[in-house]
Amino acid sequence: MGKLYDELTEDYRFKEGLKTCINCGTCTAICPAAEFYRYDPRKIVDTVQRRDEEGILELLKSETIWYCGECMSCVTRCPRGNGPGLVVMALRNLSTKLGYFTESEKGRQLYPLTKALTGNILNLGYCVHPDTFVFRDHPESGPVFEWVLEHKQDVYDRMGAAYGRQGEGALRIIPQEDLDELKAIFDETGGTERIELVEKFSEKKAAEMGMTIEEYRKYTFEHCSRGHFNNEEAGI
Amino acid sequence: MIYQGKQKIWSDYQKEIPDDHWFYVRSCIRQSFFPASEYYFLKICRDMLGRDIYESAHHTTCAGIAYHCDTIPQETAMTVVARQFALMTEAGYKNLVTSCITSFGNYCEILETWREFPELEARIREKLWKACRREFEKPEYIAHASDLVYKLRDEIASRAKYRLVDAASGEPLRVVEHIGCHYSKMFPHKGVGGAEYPCVLSGMAEAWGGKVIDYPERRHCCGFGFRQYFVKANRGYSVSNTHKKFESMEPYHPDMIITNCPGCPYFLDRWQYVIAEQEGKTYGKGGRGIPVLTYEELAGIVLGIDPWDLGLQIHQVGPEPLLDKMGVEYDPSRKYLGLDEKDILKPGLPTVLKCC
Repeated sequence: MGKLYDELTEDYRFKEGLKTCINCGTCTAICPAAEFYRYDPRKIVDTVQRRDEEGILELLKSETIWYCGECMSCVTRCPRGNGPGLVVMALRNLSTKLGYFTESEKGRQLYPLTKALTGNILNLGYCVHPDTFVFRDHPESGPVFEWVLEHKQDVYDRMGAAYGRQGEGALRIIPQEDLDELKAIFDETGGTERIELVEKFSEKKAAEMGMTIEEYRKYTFEHCSRGHFNNEEAGI
Repeated sequence: MIYQGKQKIWSDYQKEIPDDHWFYVRSCIRQSFFPASEYYFLKICRDMLGRDIYESAHHTTCAGIAYHCDTIPQETAMTVVARQFALMTEAGYKNLVTSCITSFGNYCEILETWREFPELEARIREKLWKACRREFEKPEYIAHASDLVYKLRDEIASRAKYRLVDAASGEPLRVVEHIGCHYSKMFPHKGVGGAEYPCVLSGMAEAWGGKVIDYPERRHCCGFGFRQYFVKANRGYSVSNTHKKFESMEPYHPDMIITNCPGCPYFLDRWQYVIAEQEGKTYGKGGRGIPVLTYEELAGIVLGIDPWDLGLQIHQVGPEPLLDKMGVEYDPSRKYLGLDEKDILKPGLPTVLKCC
């Protein structure tokens, strides 16, 4: 067995997700990502199942593993009870641990995602929160949500939420003691180490690309090169 | 014989949902974009239907979105969930009901993984104790909040002020239901009707008088895709999936869409706005969109709760065509008022999509 394959087998999602793939391609047929991106979960699972170390290394540095939307439609349809989506999660986890995620445009997006989501959890107690939902980053939320964000207290009061208040209810302030427990969980389970790892590799990549880390965050959040989608020609 | 065989198969897809005593956990997305849905879920279940649903001020996210955006290790996600279980145990509850489909899938995945790998459960118990000095019992039952509304659908129907019928013709409204991938695609036996015949929403729609539309892309993802939405550069994936669904349902002329997951109503609503502004294409009549409701909002409308109390004014697609067709009474002049009739101005209007 190869080293990278061995590392994958330690991930519980890999243990759950790869039993015996018969390469039928049902996962690719049902996959919402495969319809739009140049993405084929059948090939990914095949590469991993063959224990092709070179192929696995290529995957860890590739755009490919970041195309999945983790909808898990493949889990329902696989005739052999595999979960290609779970295999992809294990590949992403290993790519992150080894720092290979900065080798691809879609992998580099892990930096803005980590900053936003773990920041929200540790500061506000939830993954998504109107206090950090910036309209210029989300024009698709429409003029109605621009209005909501401009009148947050009044609108959320009208909706029966507890925005800005202690106690129970939607959007309540999470007590500091509970945020401290979340931080302790992150410290104990590798969450904090993961954030630091993503920051370290991203800072290195930003320097290589001649950007400050804030320029890198913005660029990785917004920039999409041509060539990811099935109906595009490859290019910059 | 064939009928009995079908009955046997169907029985495998049923869930015995406990009737009462629930520990409630909120949703990151639902509380941010549809806060009144959470408010009225509790109000309907507690005040109108007399159920005991407890909320702890100390609960938090389940971290499921961060987990599915691959930003935290699996053990971090598991220990955050273990803390929610500890709060439930400390409060004396055994049934957990969650407002979020991602959470529901997350809880189911964690419990199934622990069942297969008990050593992992033991490790998470140890980590939770070290981090928080808490211990927990696993829930006896985990439901999504829609499971409860499904269970209570006939009680709601018996108190209905309005039904899902055209008030003028008496014909049933044409309802699209969208289940949300993590409800039953990963663990079909955890959802009412499984992954093949999910009836958690169609059961509500039919109990309240509507007619459910079957269309080719009925089970296709809304396009959330976690990182495929949260990163601005990836949103082409998200809108493309929603577009595919709308093109597929368009020939069936739905009056409304009812949704299960907190994210799906946001995407099915907002991407209609984007498709209209970018492509000039609208899917409702007269340049409007198809109204997209949460199941709590729909239950509230059926029960006669004011649409603006339910928060329908913070959808981008205006609900008025649906309300008018059902004959629901509402005051258009109060749509954007704050508490105590406070004037808090009005949102701007889209260029193409007609909203009110």
